[in-house]
Amino acid sequence: MQNQNHIDRQEFNITVYTEHHVGLLNRIATIFSRRKMNIESLNTSPSEIEGIHRFNIVINETEDVIRKLTRQIEKQVEVLKVYYHTNEDVIWQEMALYKVPTDVIAEKALVERLLRENGARAVVIRKDYTVFETTGHREETDNLIKVLQPYGLIEFVRSARIAIIKGSEGFNRKLREFERAEPGSESVENEYLNSREKIFSM
Amino acid sequence: MLTQEKQAPELLEEKKTISGGEALIRGLLKEGVDTIFGYPGGAIMPIYDSLYDYCDQINHVLVRHEQGGIHAGQGYARASGKVGVVFATSGPGATNLITGLADAMIDSTPLVCITGQVFAHLLGTDAFQEADVISISAPVTKWNYQVTDASEIPEALAKAFYLAKSGRPGPVLLDITKNAQLQQFTCGEHTPCYHVRSYRPKPIIRKEYILEAAALINQAKKPFVLWGQGVILGAAEQELKQFIEKSGIPAAWTIMGAGAIPSDHPLNVGMLGMHGNYGPNVLTNDCDVLIAVGMRFDDRVTGRLDKYAKQAKVIHLDIDPSEIDKNVKATVPVWGDCKETLPLLTALVEAKSHPEWLQKFRDYAAEEVKQVIQDELFPTSGEMTMGEVMQQLNELTNGDAIIVSDVGQNQMVACRYAKLNHTRSNITSGGLGTMGFALPAAIGAKFGAPDRTVVAFAGDGGIQMTIQELGTIMQSGVDVKIIIVNNQFLGMVRQWQQLFHERRYSFVDITSPDYIKVAEGYGIAGKKISERENLKSALQEMLAHEGSYLLEVMVTKENNVFPMVPQGCSVSEIRLK
Repeated sequence: MQNQNHIDRQEFNITVYTEHHVGLLNRIATIFSRRKMNIESLNTSPSEIEGIHRFNIVINETEDVIRKLTRQIEKQVEVLKVYYHTNEDVIWQEMALYKVPTDVIAEKALVERLLRENGARAVVIRKDYTVFETTGHREETDNLIKVLQPYGLIEFVRSARIAIIKGSEGFNRKLREFERAEPGSESVENEYLNSREKIFSM
Repeated sequence: MLTQEKQAPELLEEKKTISGGEALIRGLLKEGVDTIFGYPGGAIMPIYDSLYDYCDQINHVLVRHEQGGIHAGQGYARASGKVGVVFATSGPGATNLITGLADAMIDSTPLVCITGQVFAHLLGTDAFQEADVISISAPVTKWNYQVTDASEIPEALAKAFYLAKSGRPGPVLLDITKNAQLQQFTCGEHTPCYHVRSYRPKPIIRKEYILEAAALINQAKKPFVLWGQGVILGAAEQELKQFIEKSGIPAAWTIMGAGAIPSDHPLNVGMLGMHGNYGPNVLTNDCDVLIAVGMRFDDRVTGRLDKYAKQAKVIHLDIDPSEIDKNVKATVPVWGDCKETLPLLTALVEAKSHPEWLQKFRDYAAEEVKQVIQDELFPTSGEMTMGEVMQQLNELTNGDAIIVSDVGQNQMVACRYAKLNHTRSNITSGGLGTMGFALPAAIGAKFGAPDRTVVAFAGDGGIQMTIQELGTIMQSGVDVKIIIVNNQFLGMVRQWQQLFHERRYSFVDITSPDYIKVAEGYGIAGKKISERENLKSALQEMLAHEGSYLLEVMVTKENNVFPMVPQGCSVSEIRLK
């Protein structure tokens, strides 16, 4: 799977709706690790529905591989639904925190300009250190590292990516289908049939 | 407590609590379990204590090793179609199940395994016999769950059985902490599970795909059906038979699907795969429509994938959506339970026969008989072959026995040559290729199908991996016929070393104990033969013997299994020698 043409690879955003179940993260993680694949980013959070959990996973792979992987994920008993999208199909953000020495930054830099230009804000300002925060795409959060490096960046941390699906109507209707003991008329709709190459559905 | 004292005695009676362990046993009974294969230990003692009270309602088979226990559970499930149930204790007991879980996972065998676990408050403290069984078993179970409170047991157990047997079956593991087993609670009526919100056992059948598939089949000049274990798991043997008989399409099987259609059915053209029959392999690359039913295009079946059936339109019937397009791209994916989809197709396909096409299979079969099979099954001189042992067995059982094979040459010979009149008659470790499978699985198969003759067919390597299960036979009194075909080698590895490693026989020369003495030590009758003239009478004696019997047959040392699709080659490059 790894030996496929690198050119065909791109970032895919996998969105997984799940039950909140101990051990599920492990089950999902091993789907990647058994294929010796690295997860670029992983975020777990609540979803729009209480009790339903949402994973955001970023993987750099070919679509063919991603399609197979998402099916393996959806096969897990506690997984309700899996979608995958390219970066163009989602609105995504990552958050980053930067810790710098206050004296240097106050002395050498025009703090306000620096914050404005990088869309950042100060979260904490103490005598000894200051913590900035910025949210955006990878390039933006990376850029601020470069900017702050000369001022003695003490600590940097970036969160996993979170992504909202542009074309999604949310999960409420889908969940109602799942809650029926037998597939009803609503779930006869089969996304796989309608657009087999793009989406798949059980 | 004070209020309880004031209650009337009958009310107290109603509210009587039971332990988690007892709730588990009661739940198993409600799920229709009649047999458990297990081994007790510290962390599962409360469950065994409860089992003691139910000995008259449920049969517990004490195995000699947990791996033997789970393979027995697999054999039971495969022979009976029911869920196999296995008990093991925490730590080493549970880790000994892993090989069997992996085997059951890849071969879609329904199992419910119950493991004991240390007290909940000790979890994560490296307590005695503690192992992280949930994490270890996650990749090799369809579902697993750790129970830490007795009140969870009824629901978790019901869910376990539902998940194990529904959809594409598989092994499920419940890890129950000792405190939950001991805990007293008010247990309600056992309610079977029929629905899990996040789980769809079957995809929805689409009429469009059925129509497309039927149209392809009706236009086909050289259609070819491949069937796998899905047909057996879905109890769709009759549906498949009706489909191929109406459409007149020749059909070949994977080793996991063997027996779903009787061996002597005129449209059954034989076995697929690396050591499958000549015609089915070659003609895979000649057919125009390939109809795969409940099979997953394993690499041992497809050989080199980029040269596999490229000329054919592929119709893939499978209950598991993740199998569609996984290895072979489907032209038409027919999602669903083949018990439901096959009749829909049968209704739409035209009644036909394909005499010329079928004749091609017959021609290849004749060539294979001439070049391979004749000498393998009916040798007139030299040492005995594994094939003639199977052939003689076929004649004596008339194909009515359950054949449980091990792994390696013996397995390929058993699968190729066993005559199978009935479904659920070929039990083998297909996907995982677990040596040591045959003996314990045969024990389980006999418990699962007590009215049938069960023959374990193993080599001298595999038998030694789980030979301790002779003790299980001894104690349970189960009637299993054991044939050891002894070539004094790890034959399949030796064959590869001969063919691909310039006969550098690296550690394949294996010695055997005196199996007859070993059997005798376990109170099991046995005989060793090395002459052809004794084969038939020895097999007759074995089959006529009341109770278990071990027959060791010395076979020729350096025989190879052919035909063979060498690794990395296309199925049409199959070699006859």
